[in-house]
Amino acid sequence: MSGLKRGSVAVVGAAESDLGQVAPHTSPVDLMAQATMRALDDCGLKLSDIDGVFSAATQVRTAPMTLSEYLRIKPRYFDGTTIGGSSFMTHVAHAQAAIEHGLCDVALIAYGSTQRSVSRAAASPREPNPYENPYRPFMPASAYAMAAARHMHQYGTTREQLAEVAVAARKWALLNPKAWEKEPLTVEQVLKARMVSHPFTVRDCCLVVDGGGAIILTSAARAKSLKKKPAYVLGVGESLSHAGIPSMPDLTVSAAAESGPKAYKMAGLKPSDINMLSLYDAFTITPILFLEDLGFCAKGEGGPFAASGAIAPGGKLPVNTSGGGLSYCHPGMYGLLVIIEAVRQVRGECDKRQVKNCETAIAHGNGGVLSSQCTVILGGASTV
Amino acid sequence: MADLMKQSPYGVFLEHCKKGELAYQVSDGKAFFYPRAVAPVTGSDKLEWRVSKGLGTVYSTTVVYTKDQPPHNVALIDVDEGFRMMSRVEDIDPLQVKIGMRVKVKMHPGDEKQPTYPVFTPAGGGK
Repeated sequence: MSGLKRGSVAVVGAAESDLGQVAPHTSPVDLMAQATMRALDDCGLKLSDIDGVFSAATQVRTAPMTLSEYLRIKPRYFDGTTIGGSSFMTHVAHAQAAIEHGLCDVALIAYGSTQRSVSRAAASPREPNPYENPYRPFMPASAYAMAAARHMHQYGTTREQLAEVAVAARKWALLNPKAWEKEPLTVEQVLKARMVSHPFTVRDCCLVVDGGGAIILTSAARAKSLKKKPAYVLGVGESLSHAGIPSMPDLTVSAAAESGPKAYKMAGLKPSDINMLSLYDAFTITPILFLEDLGFCAKGEGGPFAASGAIAPGGKLPVNTSGGGLSYCHPGMYGLLVIIEAVRQVRGECDKRQVKNCETAIAHGNGGVLSSQCTVILGGASTV
Repeated sequence: MADLMKQSPYGVFLEHCKKGELAYQVSDGKAFFYPRAVAPVTGSDKLEWRVSKGLGTVYSTTVVYTKDQPPHNVALIDVDEGFRMMSRVEDIDPLQVKIGMRVKVKMHPGDEKQPTYPVFTPAGGGK
């Protein structure tokens, strides 16, 4: 994303919609609209200030259009890029480009899903594919399971190490009042849970809940006059590597190895400069891959790194402090909530789970079956 | 250029399946899968259909557990001619399908809803 200017825009408002299990007949756009008003309240802007709308949702094919109609706003600029859970990281990059070029001043990025209420199958129907459907993979879990199997084969990663990712997420979730999961979790419980797609049990897999979120971005100049501390966009990187899992070149290396360096380059930062990570944890293998591919440990060492306690509360590298998609909330395309947690950490709003002196955070999004990888680096006032 | 008014890539693939053949395409000496109307990377219209010898190696594997049905295997197979495809390894406990295992193709007859499609069985050898 060369051409974008480090710190030119900031996230100024961030909020979740209601999360968990919402009332029957709630629509995904109800959740988007609720989150939008909360995010506006968070920054002190009004609905009429929004002139850029960015949205994606599995249940709303024309998300920017449908949301704009609901809110009765006529955005000057809109973008419905839909590449799975990382869509919202690309929306941040695209919103930054649009704001820099004067195509819009105040960008809304919104998401909503009622997948728990309507069932995952209804919320995210699979596209027909004659080269995959006959084999009845349980998607997306089976694709990630095959990535995990390959990682285990090549690097000796163990099911226990995968389980430690879920356990660390649960420990963080217990510090987050908004988290879906409220009870402690052990490695043993993860391993003995119902098998879904080997080597994954249901506890290696993200939650299936309702929810949504919204964030508001504007120029750094305007951000300074708003209610909360801006979370400046220091770097962004986007990468697509494939769509279906048979076309992923190496199941142990994600395109985060491309999106990360792009974001670091723009931000002028390196992994050791980052204070916390918000990594899309659709399955226990994904934080392991992203820790490696984003440069926080060597390839193959993600399992032992996670199992060492490094990513859990009290560890040396805070990861997924919200509790992540594994224990906090996973409403289908979870990327926007990944960003919201990073924003809150940079602002210092995370109470019991707050990372001390958190001035830099990575929000890393994953979409499809490890298909799209998008990295956003956020920073506080000291970084710009 | 493939004439999509006359035949589709999947249509040709399926005709081969019905003859018991695993078909793939080659362009500029490179094999690829799934079948396409245009060669990837080059965009070339010089697409040659070939029939695989049907031997390959398991690149990765999983076992899917569904309600009311026995667990089944899903695997990615690196076929010897140089392409990777999703499939299933049959005639073996699905948990015993291992990365590196040598496999050979056979056609599954399918049913009313699902046309015939390629699956694999252990070929012996490999690790």
